[in-house]
Amino acid sequence: MENLHFEYEVAGNNFSQAGMASDAVKSTLKKMGIASEDIRRVAIAMYEGEINMVIHGGGGVAVIDIFFDHIEIKLIDHGKGIENIELAMTPGYSTAEDEIRALGFGAGMGLPNMKKYADVLEIESEVGVGTTVYIRVDFH
Amino acid sequence: MKVSEIVQLLDGVVLSEGDNMEKDLHSACASDMMSDVLAFVKDQAVLITGLCNPQVVRTAEMMDMLCIVLVRGKKPDTTLVELARDRGITLIATPHRMFAACGILYQAGLKAEV
Ligand SMILES: Nc1ncnc2c1ncn2[C@@H]1O[C@H](COP(=O)(O)OP(=O)(O)O)[C@@H](O)[C@H]1O
Ligand SMILES: [Mg+2]
Repeated sequence: MENLHFEYEVAGNNFSQAGMASDAVKSTLKKMGIASEDIRRVAIAMYEGEINMVIHGGGGVAVIDIFFDHIEIKLIDHGKGIENIELAMTPGYSTAEDEIRALGFGAGMGLPNMKKYADVLEIESEVGVGTTVYIRVDFH
Repeated sequence: MKVSEIVQLLDGVVLSEGDNMEKDLHSACASDMMSDVLAFVKDQAVLITGLCNPQVVRTAEMMDMLCIVLVRGKKPDTTLVELARDRGITLIATPHRMFAACGILYQAGLKAEV
């Protein structure tokens, strides 16, 4: 089977639209008949990553490749970058402003959640240049 | 517990009827932090929250939750209501505060875990 390829623009700082790309991927996987536990792992990991792009990365693009046994998600932004990735991965660590916290995000659980649900999580980031997050989820 | 029972117990109003009005809902989770919901929810059907923005619906959608209860008489804007309707998620508003709403539903048999 050929893999399916999608690209979604993710608008920066547009909180009310955040999650649209993840939502679209979720419904594609549903239509393909992927198991709901797998879909949920994809949805959570991508949604957290998408939210991060919106609130920390100034928006960017989500590149999706769906294969018969796994999905690869690349979240690319050209925002401020992450200075210390290890620190950013610490549960509870967040640089989010109070106004983001008031919206229900910024608990510092996004990257730990992504790590928990993804089979592979790789983060490349350069301060002032941007961040690329690679997520792979295998279908069981 | 059916949606209609939740509405009655919480003196609530239904803002959007979901696809599962007749389904028996067994468990709920309550949080104002959506990342906590994304981290810890397993198969809970109901999300009780004091938040009132579209990400509440997105989060419920990602977790396959069927019903959202907005506490403290929050009045969501049309975007949120439309999104819930579109996703087939039941949206309820209750005048009760978080602690009371949880207590009432728990006492009536809704569990923390499936
Ligand atoms: N795409 C990104 N661009 C810049 N910084 C990021 C990005 N993603 C995550 N970060 C940094 O890593 C921290 C931890 O991220 P996360 O675990 O998702 O927590 P939260 O988003 O709740 O702050 C963020 O507070 C932010 O400083
Ligand atoms: Mg985050």
